[in-house]
Amino acid sequence: MATPNVVITETRTMPYGFTCGVVAAAGAFFGLFVGTAQGSGLVGIVLGAAICAGLAYLAMAYLGTAQERAFKWGVVALFALAGLLIGGVPGLVVGALFGWFLGWFIYWVGRCRYRMALPPYLTGGQVLWHYSFRVICGAIFVFLITPILVVMPLSFNAENFFTFTPEMLSFDPEGYSLRHYRNFFQSNEWQSALRNSLIIAPIATLLAVSFGTLAAIGLSQPHVPGRQVIMAILISPMIVPLIISAAGMYFFYSRIGLQGTYLGVILAHAALGIPFVIITVTATLVGFDRSLTRASANLGANPVTTFFKVQMPLILPGVISGGLFAFITSFDEVVIVLFVGSANQQTLPWQMFTGLREQISPTILAVATILVGISICLLTTVEILRRRSEKMRGMSPG
Amino acid sequence: MTLSKTLLATTALTVAGGAVAAQEMADSMTLVSWGGAYQSSQQQAYVEPYIENNPEVSATWDESSNEAVAKLRAMNEAGNITWDLVDVVASDAIRLCDEGLAMEVDHDELLAPGEAEDGSEVDPSDDFGDLIVSDCYIPQIVYSTTFGYRTDMVPEGADAPDEICDVWDLETYPGKRALEKRPINNMEWALLCDGVAKDEIYDVLATDEGQDQALAKLDEIKDDVIWWSAGADTPQLLADGEVFMGSTYNGRLYSVIEEQDQPVGMMWDAQVFDLDGWIIPEGLPEDRLARVKDFVRFATDTQRLADQAEYISYGPARETSAPLVPEDMKQHMPTDPENSENTFLYNYEFWADYRDDIDAKFQSWLAQ
Repeated sequence: MATPNVVITETRTMPYGFTCGVVAAAGAFFGLFVGTAQGSGLVGIVLGAAICAGLAYLAMAYLGTAQERAFKWGVVALFALAGLLIGGVPGLVVGALFGWFLGWFIYWVGRCRYRMALPPYLTGGQVLWHYSFRVICGAIFVFLITPILVVMPLSFNAENFFTFTPEMLSFDPEGYSLRHYRNFFQSNEWQSALRNSLIIAPIATLLAVSFGTLAAIGLSQPHVPGRQVIMAILISPMIVPLIISAAGMYFFYSRIGLQGTYLGVILAHAALGIPFVIITVTATLVGFDRSLTRASANLGANPVTTFFKVQMPLILPGVISGGLFAFITSFDEVVIVLFVGSANQQTLPWQMFTGLREQISPTILAVATILVGISICLLTTVEILRRRSEKMRGMSPG
Repeated sequence: MTLSKTLLATTALTVAGGAVAAQEMADSMTLVSWGGAYQSSQQQAYVEPYIENNPEVSATWDESSNEAVAKLRAMNEAGNITWDLVDVVASDAIRLCDEGLAMEVDHDELLAPGEAEDGSEVDPSDDFGDLIVSDCYIPQIVYSTTFGYRTDMVPEGADAPDEICDVWDLETYPGKRALEKRPINNMEWALLCDGVAKDEIYDVLATDEGQDQALAKLDEIKDDVIWWSAGADTPQLLADGEVFMGSTYNGRLYSVIEEQDQPVGMMWDAQVFDLDGWIIPEGLPEDRLARVKDFVRFATDTQRLADQAEYISYGPARETSAPLVPEDMKQHMPTDPENSENTFLYNYEFWADYRDDIDAKFQSWLAQ
């Protein structure tokens, strides 16, 4: 990072050909989308490239840095107006945003500002890679997150369909409503599904955490015979395709009368959660100093006291993060519950699954948004706990 | 609470076994249906009034009718029937009955007699008439598969489409079509629009040349077809404006037009009738069977079937229920004379015999 009062690289005006070429490429990229939406992608590419190259030339050759501020506002206004004419209010917003980006981009490229934050000795290729790398990372991020982001505004749809209505696109308050959230909180089916999920997931998590932690501690003792084999068997629910476990559990649980009971679903989900707990707790145990348990025994504590007073507090972050993974697994799981559960144990994912197939109602999106919120909260907790444990063990200076 | 109840019930069953008195009825039922507006019409028309009369009973819905055949097979194999009453289309009922997974019933003994307008009683077997397509089947409603179209996407100067062959008329009505991803209905419509007379369609379709002829006709629009598999797909596609026209169940279109206020019109021409009804799974314990019989007798009586038509635009399966359907709903019924000028009755026997062959052909045609 460059500190503000030390200029590492002088800025200078780049050759016009270079500036116009790069900006034209950006304009062509944007023009492709606008053009496709308006009927012809090719015209969009050509027009976008030409307009942006022209603006870049105007800024670099005639206006310079003196008129930079005026130029940027002009570009924002120009594109906002063009957007308004083509696409109404949404077009205005998109146009203004693009205008803002373009104004900044022209000066960033044209005045060689992109080198400011970098060491002066880098070659052109290295600078290109430096920024390409960031663009690629950004693209992957967008690819991962877009489906989730699309769901959120759609869940506030006033219509009963998965559609961005014209009212929504023009930011008309009429186009938005909380009816799908209301439906979720008022409908008996969704509420009983929520209740079932809240019964099954915590109990399954508790079982998974207890068994998983005990197994991890046992398996970390060097003298246990066949450790690798036992570990592989315990982790297998994570590796075997869910549908196979589900079909197997269905027939097995039917024979012993557990199919279609809460107990059956809880046990099945606990089996799914145990591997997560084993893995996270085993990882924390790696950093656990065994001489502490010996010291504790030496001071006269029995193994149970040692476990709760000495070992447990130190591996707690691993136990909690394993537990959270087990909880999310049970909370999001649909395949097993469709087999092992019956209509009385319909969980939220079950309800979403059948709802999606039989009636594409945005209530599902509202629920999805709520679940995403819960997942984010839980994962944030895990991350905070992880940092705390690193700090406690002195692994990270922060 | 419910857990302990279930456990108690299971224990009671295993301990007492056959000793449960015939009159003793279970106080919970698991009903299987299709979800959506249809299931909620059943809930309002049959289940809520029944529970009002029998407050000790609780009913749970399982929206699994789509995979009812597969699930009932698995339950039978595992020896653990968790469903009490299953809503299926006629062809599934015939299969389940043939495989011994559904219980055969004596309609006259099990069901309530029909109450005719003049107060006389009608035998259930006469009241349901031809709709009893299988000894296991207790029909509830008649629905149809038909087309809906976007009224705002009809090209200027053209009339709104009102004939099945308009589906093939890409010149007058450009745009995508939504068709169900199975040969049933599509093959019949294709032959009809290829000039085959209505009463010869199944004879033609029984031959290899006839099947090729239908597929060739479908080829004309194949590039413009979006294939759907769930009943909710076409309403969604129509609401999006993704398709100009699409086939789906008439009740779904009714809800799109009347309840969701979408610019969609109905095209009743060449609608294909089909049935929906209950089957009772084979092998229920006595107390649950007694409860189900009691419920089904109530849920399929003349008044209840007519009540259902208040909530969804499907025609009641009993002849005696028809006069009781509210006036403003009659015009939306597939069976209304205005709507049913040109109709098909889904030919169960034909499709039972030819389905596997034609399905294979259709799927390989789709993949081409």
